[in-house]
Amino acid sequence: MDDRAEDQPGDHLDEINRRIINGLQVGFPISDRPYRKAAASLGISEQELLERISTMLDNGILTRFGPLYHAENMGGSLSLCAMKIPDAEFDQVADLVNTLPQVAHNYRRDHAMNMWFVLATETPAEKQQTLREIEQQTGYPVYDMPKEKEYFVGLFLNV
Amino acid sequence: MMNKAIDIVDLDHRIVLATQAGLPLDPQPYHRIAEQLGVEASQVQQRMQQMLEDGRMRRIAAVPNHYKLGYVANGMSVWNVPDERIDELGERLGALDYVSHCYRRPRHLPEWPYNLFAMVHGTNRSEVMDKVRRIALILDDADLGHDVLFSTGILKKTGMRFKG
Repeated sequence: MDDRAEDQPGDHLDEINRRIINGLQVGFPISDRPYRKAAASLGISEQELLERISTMLDNGILTRFGPLYHAENMGGSLSLCAMKIPDAEFDQVADLVNTLPQVAHNYRRDHAMNMWFVLATETPAEKQQTLREIEQQTGYPVYDMPKEKEYFVGLFLNV
Repeated sequence: MMNKAIDIVDLDHRIVLATQAGLPLDPQPYHRIAEQLGVEASQVQQRMQQMLEDGRMRRIAAVPNHYKLGYVANGMSVWNVPDERIDELGERLGALDYVSHCYRRPRHLPEWPYNLFAMVHGTNRSEVMDKVRRIALILDDADLGHDVLFSTGILKKTGMRFKG
């Protein structure tokens, strides 16, 4: 049964969980009792906030809760790369690419550029080397699309 | 002075490793991290605050699973916009509540004319396409061409991890 069209995002969540998700997407205090502080602004107790975060992590509503680090500012190198692979060779090339530990995510997309992966390396030199390695092993060019600028994204996934 | 600088770099690194999987679910999470690292909670707070200020940390936050929230469709919308207007337009798209990431990236002509990427989320594909049309209206004559790429399979998803 496909009932997705009728559902609004977050319909299955109660009001408090929605408030937590919206409130904690933006930020969390660095202080001695940060959960107490965050809970007060959400209108619940510290204990309830801890329990609800824990439950939402367990049931997968939240994928994580904690510091989000910025790879490039930490000295690393991140890039989005695309490849145009004929269907007949797709699985084989995907296996080759996925073997590399530097490949963090890899998605198939419905476009002539059908393979899109994120390359996370400790240095720019390692990135160049990895790109060359992929090109040599697969025989296809890699279109390197590192972000040149990141635009501010505020609260998304408003529930 | 030298030693102090090295210690801070090392402490920051250990804090990253200790927290990349998440913040402890404890009333005093920074105290728990400090105990684990053998330092004072005030040092952990101070270093995390510093990483937040200098941009090594984006924020401390909850990351919702958009699939579980009902946003099962996501389209990577890609736009060819004039270079001289891209910053202004990128800021506007980033502010939309259905856009989760917005980046400027290099074109690869002639195969790839697009320089602005905006990830658009929706409950189904037609909703994503409606939102893409709304973006096209916002961009107006700055939209020199666009496309939407839906993912048809996750081939790998290990996420990014900092090594020890």
